Amino acid sequence: MADIKIMKTPAETTIAELFSASKAALPGDASAREAAFARFTKAGLPHRRVEEWKYTDLRAAMREAAPLAPQLSDRAVEKALSGNDFFAEANAAKIAIVNGHVSEGASELGALPDGVNVVTLSQALAENHPLLASLGAIKGAKSNVAYALNAAFMTDGVVLHVSPGVEVSRPIHLRFAVDGESALATATRVLLVVEEGASVTLLESHESADGVGHQPNNVVEIIAGDKSRVRHLRIDRHGREALALSTLTAHLGAHVAFDSLNLVARPGFTRHQVYMTFAGEHTVGGVRGATMLNGSQHADTTLFVDHIAPHCESRELYKTVLDGEAVGVFQGKIAVAQTAQKTDGKMMSSAVMLSEGGTMNNKPELEIFADDVLCAHGATCGALDDDLLFYLMARGLPRKEAEALLVESFLGEPIEEALGDDETLHGAFMAVIQDWLAARS
Amino acid sequence: MLEIKNLVAEIEGKRILDGLNLTVNNGEVAAIMGPNGSGKSTLSYIVAGKEDYDILDGEVLLDGENILEMDPAERAVKGIFLAFQYPLEIPGVATMTFLKAALNSQRKARGEVALTTPDFIKRVNEAATKLEIPKEMLRRALNVGFSGGEKKRMEILQMALLQPSFCILDETDSGLDIDALRIVADGVNALRSPDRSFLVITHYQRLLEHIVPDTVHVMANGKVVKSGGKDLAVELEASGYADYKAQEAA
Repeated sequence: MADIKIMKTPAETTIAELFSASKAALPGDASAREAAFARFTKAGLPHRRVEEWKYTDLRAAMREAAPLAPQLSDRAVEKALSGNDFFAEANAAKIAIVNGHVSEGASELGALPDGVNVVTLSQALAENHPLLASLGAIKGAKSNVAYALNAAFMTDGVVLHVSPGVEVSRPIHLRFAVDGESALATATRVLLVVEEGASVTLLESHESADGVGHQPNNVVEIIAGDKSRVRHLRIDRHGREALALSTLTAHLGAHVAFDSLNLVARPGFTRHQVYMTFAGEHTVGGVRGATMLNGSQHADTTLFVDHIAPHCESRELYKTVLDGEAVGVFQGKIAVAQTAQKTDGKMMSSAVMLSEGGTMNNKPELEIFADDVLCAHGATCGALDDDLLFYLMARGLPRKEAEALLVESFLGEPIEEALGDDETLHGAFMAVIQDWLAARS
Repeated sequence: MLEIKNLVAEIEGKRILDGLNLTVNNGEVAAIMGPNGSGKSTLSYIVAGKEDYDILDGEVLLDGENILEMDPAERAVKGIFLAFQYPLEIPGVATMTFLKAALNSQRKARGEVALTTPDFIKRVNEAATKLEIPKEMLRRALNVGFSGGEKKRMEILQMALLQPSFCILDETDSGLDIDALRIVADGVNALRSPDRSFLVITHYQRLLEHIVPDTVHVMANGKVVKSGGKDLAVELEASGYADYKAQEAA
């Protein structure tokens, strides 16, 4: 049999070199990293002929692979965090994760609310912490390239544990930042285990400066125990040239109330993946997002929602605003197993095009094996409503301002659904939207 | 003063206004009546600046200045206000936020300073009280979940707040019960002044018993076919529009 040599792209070659060079220094079980890296090597960087990545050609987008970011001094951390803190008003306990490493000096690790225990991921990996057994709870994510790369390279992050029955008094804010003169890669991992009957809000923000093409890859894994209530709220404000990959996995027990909200405002190229599994009965899970794009930005949201247990309700609502030549992607797959009778699932993706040049790709999918379910999906794409614009302009609002108000109204829906009456957090999200709109006019 | 001269307009090749002439003087309340499809609502949209129409001929002059080239926002700044027949719902935008944005946009365009928040709230509350609009409504999203009557009162509240010089009421009486009609009419009457004019579009004389017009114009087939005083409305109520339709057809 002839030898078949698979051609690697320059980025794939660099990633392999980086893994060889850095693996000895990375914390924890080397064999698990090797296995994860083997999964990546087998697949390579995905391209448009791989169905899951049809609209998001990662191989084309990642021409070069950036080296892993080095840990920064306290002073450099301060500089990296000198930008706007999106959740400043949220009275949250802060944990700063800068250039892929938890910065203890900029974090309140010792002052987290009662009932919350934290250990850094690097420490947990080094001592093989028992909670790490919960990583990878959603098997489907394992074969995903972004997830596998993260598993191979993960440097640090946090493992959070909320004790049974504890209502955590204030939110926990994970503030991620990347800072460096040249492009840097990070691989960070968060594990949040919420025990039975507990409730917690996890805030996640990502920031980096414009002008440098950083390559962050972040994974958040949430295990929500029975009767727990978990909110996960995320703002992605990486720099203009960033290529940001992120994955959320949510494994939901019975009688859980789970909400996740993702706001994407600035990075040039993003892919946010959500794996949500309904493993227990009578659980309500909502994943929502708002994305604002202009120029040649590309943003992808890809969902894998698995209903295994019966009597669960899932809500997926994503809204995208596109200006310039931007490209939006929404892929959402709801799978309902034969065991998941009485599932109630609703998925919706809507896009508003502010220019002629934008492209929106919507791919909702339902895969249903149970015979007594209520599932619906929809996708819309269109310009702002002319009648609404006329109404606002007839009151004296110039066109741009009228458009801005309508965009706020459009994007506000998933935010309101996720946050309800929480004015502080609502304000934090709307401020990012208003910033984007102000820069437009 | 608003002067409409020989206005000809079409939508998708269909002629809606066909050489319409109308003058409304400062301080005048002019009523326009006419059968369905005579072009009344189109007239209101064209004066306010809706873009769906092809203007083939004619002028609309506000205090001598042709406004047809201006966009709706510029016309609003000049003093045109249209109270919509069907006010639109805007989810997610609080009524107060919208009112403030509208008022301050107009002030800014006129070179006036923005109102301070307390001053703004005071003005809104005064207007709302007169129109029996509960404060709770002002906190809700604009027109979302409002009843027909509430939406119409909200239109008059906007009018009171923006203080336009030329107001168009497009079938403001439609969908109103007697009490709501009285509240809306009182709101309009309170705004009557020597330097503000009104164009009141209606099918029925009922509204004109509450907002008594100085002049009444009958519109049919895209033009004004008869003008008179307030008694003309009473005549129409008795005789109907059949004569005018027949006149056009002949």
